[in-house]
Amino acid sequence: MRIGAAKQSYAADEALFDSRTQRIWLGVLTVALVVLPFVASQYWLYLTCLVGINIIAATGLNILTGYTGQVSLGQAAFMGVGAYTVAVLDRTLGTPFFINLIAAGGIAMLVGMVVGIPSLRVKGLYLAIATIAASFILHFIFANWKSVTGGTAGLTVKPATLFGLALDSEFRFYWLMLPLTAVMVFGAANLFRTRIGRAFIAIRDRDISAEVLGISLLRYKLLSFAISSFYAGVAGGLWAYFFRSVTPESFPLLMSIFFLAAIIVGGMGTILGGILGAIFMTLVPEALKMVFGWLPNAAEMAVHLAPVRIIVFGILIVGFLVFEPHGLSEIWRRVRRFFHLWPFRT
Amino acid sequence: MIDFDWLLLFEVSLAGIGSGGLYALAGLAFVLIFKATKVVNLAIGEMLMMGAYFFFAMASTLGWPIWLGVVVAVLGSGALGALIERLLIRPMLGESPISVFMITIGLSSILVGAVELIWGADQMRLPDFMPSDPVLIGEAMVPPKIFYGFLVATGLIAVVLVVFRFWRGGIALRATASDQAAAYSMGINVPRVFSLAWVVGAMVAAIAGIIVGSISSLSPTMGVFGLSVLVVVIVGGLDSVAGALVGGIVVGLVEAWSGTYLGGQYKMLSTFSLLVLILMVRPYGLFGTHEIERL
Repeated sequence: MRIGAAKQSYAADEALFDSRTQRIWLGVLTVALVVLPFVASQYWLYLTCLVGINIIAATGLNILTGYTGQVSLGQAAFMGVGAYTVAVLDRTLGTPFFINLIAAGGIAMLVGMVVGIPSLRVKGLYLAIATIAASFILHFIFANWKSVTGGTAGLTVKPATLFGLALDSEFRFYWLMLPLTAVMVFGAANLFRTRIGRAFIAIRDRDISAEVLGISLLRYKLLSFAISSFYAGVAGGLWAYFFRSVTPESFPLLMSIFFLAAIIVGGMGTILGGILGAIFMTLVPEALKMVFGWLPNAAEMAVHLAPVRIIVFGILIVGFLVFEPHGLSEIWRRVRRFFHLWPFRT
Repeated sequence: MIDFDWLLLFEVSLAGIGSGGLYALAGLAFVLIFKATKVVNLAIGEMLMMGAYFFFAMASTLGWPIWLGVVVAVLGSGALGALIERLLIRPMLGESPISVFMITIGLSSILVGAVELIWGADQMRLPDFMPSDPVLIGEAMVPPKIFYGFLVATGLIAVVLVVFRFWRGGIALRATASDQAAAYSMGINVPRVFSLAWVVGAMVAAIAGIIVGSISSLSPTMGVFGLSVLVVVIVGGLDSVAGALVGGIVVGLVEAWSGTYLGGQYKMLSTFSLLVLILMVRPYGLFGTHEIERL
């Protein structure tokens, strides 16, 4: 049983990790993540890299939707902007990858702010629909601005190079993905210890009240869109380096729904939720594939995999909204509470 | 613009109005549900699709006569609507509209998956049941399917409007729409009205789906039509029946014009640009209620 920690300063109260136990577990996690690529198979490394990219994008969406309350179905399109930025810069200027990634985030940020402009006039569902419109318009641009985006054929990207070393295998890419994901996630977590982050939360809880309290809706809603799309852009840039080919079909509306589902399943408005949701939603299709592999008539059933995946997708969204609206992070919190209070009942 | 082809413009506009009728019908299904339950139903396109596939199962697979197929498909869709309301929407009563909205996103993906699982992802053709002689209006030729589709759509819209003007259930629905608490205290069974709205909405959507499916073809991606319907109701105003009708025609015309004069790939672009424009200028639509928010 753990009894409440006595905090002696505000800094201690605001700390992200407030107890020794947490810090020890964080250390264990770090060690595990560093050891992982040496023991995991290539397939699992591939999945881990994908999870990392998805965590960045989902965390970005969580900032916008979970914390600021602006529902967006454009996250995949912003990722597309980032991916195309990387691809185009890579082909034309050949700039190093970290400049490309920052540029990807920056351009996606600008596009995100433009898309965010309607959020000043409309909110909630209307905004969600406006972002659907924006993602279709972006898709149109990807497919038809042939001189830059290569049309429907798309573009290919050379692997990122670090000190002359091409990051062309999962193992090498992992070392780019891991620190970047960690930085992005910690950045998001720290954002909500600042005035900006608290302003976002105030806007989510009641935007009119927030404005009365002196929070400029114009500035903070656009800022939220900007930060969220920056995350999406960086994730898209990583995506481009990981898959090394970018087409308009790489970023469908379904992918935006995927990210929305990830933060619903994980838990909206918690950093942990974005992480858990992205891990869970990325692994569910793989788990399904495994289950299908166990079926006696696996070969015939394989055609049903894609539709079953879509159905499971929908069921997860609906099921979590109806039965566990706060998502996996709430389940996680309950489990933790159980151990804190053991042997007493929660 | 010396020798501008006026006849072409006229023909294109007629075709646009024709498909606009279908948009209006689907928009009506959306508005019925929204008015009563305040649920923004993103799965409207998928509900259309379900209706069309039900009809396909009856008329093509089982080989039933067309009229019976239509009736059974419509009834089946109504049952599906009731099921959706009972299982997914009812538990969410009182939750934030955003959550309910996301429920319908989940629903749409369940429906798409189910259709792909049962009927496969390939395109299919519905049996032809509309006359195929070209229709001439003045000098202009209108594709027959669109013409008859438009006739059916307008007829059905009229029927729905009359029914909801005079039938007791319709009055209950309008009462619920205007003030839920007052309707409750007047003895109207509001949860029943919710079910009713979903059932009728699903049935209207099914008919729209059957017509749309027989004009083009049937595939699990038919739900994209629902996105255009979303534009229709936003243009018209989410809670306005008249808005759905006008919005339907407007979107139909915009799509037809941009498809002809700019090229097919500009269709979606122009409708969604229209949507963004409307959202920026008049977010509550042409005829929608402008809600004033108070603390």
